[in-house]
Amino acid sequence: MLDDFMTRAALAGIGTGLAAAPLGCFVVWRRMAYFGDATAHAAILGVALSLAFSVPVFAGAMMVALIMATAVSLISGRGYAMDTLLGVMAHSALAFGLVGVSFLEGVRIDLMAYLFGDILSVSRGDLAVIWGGAALVLALIGWRWSALLTATLNPDLARAAGIDPKREQLVLTLALAVVVAVAIKVVGVLLITALLIIPAATVRPFAATPERMGALAALVAMAAAWAGLRASYALDTPTGPTIVCVAALLFSLSTTVSGLRRAA
Amino acid sequence: MPRLRGSGLSVVPSPLVSTSGLTVRYGETTVLHDIDLHVDPGEIVTIVGPNGSGKSTLIAAILGGVPPVRGRIDRAPVLRIGYVPQRLVLDPTLPMTVERFLGLPRRVPAARAREALERAGVPDIGRRQMAALSGGQFQRALLARAILEEPHLLILDEATAGLDQPGSAAFYERIEEVRAETGCGVLMISHDLHVVMSASDRVICLNGHVCCEGTPEVVAAAPDYRRLFGEGTRGALALYRHHHDHTHFHDGPCDHAHEQDAAR
Repeated sequence: MLDDFMTRAALAGIGTGLAAAPLGCFVVWRRMAYFGDATAHAAILGVALSLAFSVPVFAGAMMVALIMATAVSLISGRGYAMDTLLGVMAHSALAFGLVGVSFLEGVRIDLMAYLFGDILSVSRGDLAVIWGGAALVLALIGWRWSALLTATLNPDLARAAGIDPKREQLVLTLALAVVVAVAIKVVGVLLITALLIIPAATVRPFAATPERMGALAALVAMAAAWAGLRASYALDTPTGPTIVCVAALLFSLSTTVSGLRRAA
Repeated sequence: MPRLRGSGLSVVPSPLVSTSGLTVRYGETTVLHDIDLHVDPGEIVTIVGPNGSGKSTLIAAILGGVPPVRGRIDRAPVLRIGYVPQRLVLDPTLPMTVERFLGLPRRVPAARAREALERAGVPDIGRRQMAALSGGQFQRALLARAILEEPHLLILDEATAGLDQPGSAAFYERIEEVRAETGCGVLMISHDLHVVMSASDRVICLNGHVCCEGTPEVVAAAPDYRRLFGEGTRGALALYRHHHDHTHFHDGPCDHAHEQDAAR
């Protein structure tokens, strides 16, 4: 079954969506979209370093994403607004990554594959990494779910209940780094944030509880991955961007339906 | 261990929480210095003070959110704290029913959630979205969550900000009832001097340090207090206490006459 590249691609997309969407809910609730972007952009620097030192791209991207996310958490609150800081860090990391890649000789790098993903070339090994990472992220989020929600509502409320909000922030940071590393192959660093945010935003009008929003977002993300893959095959379009286009169409549909429902 | 109920809370050693020589700085600014205070089981201690006097910082320090530069904070072992924040801003992207909110961070059986809502004076809002509640209902939902786990210590940070006078009087009456039912200690901040003075066993007047402390009568007569708050509150206090020696229900329209009477 896994011999077929379309099957492997579908499984890769579905696995990534499954992990990205529930985490994406926290990214939306905590207004961390730009934070997600910075982490994802930093990953291209990780890609460059991995190729230079011949380590797996997944490991390098995850390490740099993690360092980036931790650095942003540490530096924040020291004079610059968070979005200024993230703007500086995100684009610097991307630029350094792109420059770094240009130094690599002998290796012909298809940069586009890392910027926009290359889901059709997913190997069995990649699949194992993607599903392993997805399982890790889901386990982490599931384990900390209630504590994360409480800390998201209000840090003092969390502290009164014996929860350390900083530790929960760290859990999210770690999960984000894993998702970024996993999603590079699927949608590329430039579109990872879309996979986090669009499914969560799409299902918001139809969810009454945080749990339902997480579950529905996962469904939407998996559906977008599968439908995007089929559409890109039929239309001969780049797969990563097509997946995001499908997610964006679902978002417009959801917004329209909820708007009509409110008007009625 | 069986859940402690009613007078069973008295097994917790006294004081519930105490500070000695507590000093807190934000950067170069000393916000609080040499604070000695304690809260015993079953007593209502209210902190009053002008804006910027460090009231909220004191609560944050007691909850563990702000590290002291000097002095110490001692909590009774296995102290359960119920906390009602001054304001809880729910991100509009976060769906949250009242029932779900009550189950954060630990899920509770529906019957207990309902009981807590009844005790907080809002029995019928369990299914509603937090964002759809009125100001008074919202604060009572916060109170219901805070008393749900039978806390030894209830901490309220200007929990009635945004409520009108009858609303906040009714709210504080609920606090007194909860204290009477469970024997918990209460530490609260309030701007509403009129109500504070009638509902507290002990008042601490704060202005970076403890200006004066004692029963409401003692504090109201203290020169430091009068300098901070003026002379006007004493008469109201005497009148209010005169009217306050009976119980009544605050969910109907009839109680407002009492308030206006007291304010005159």
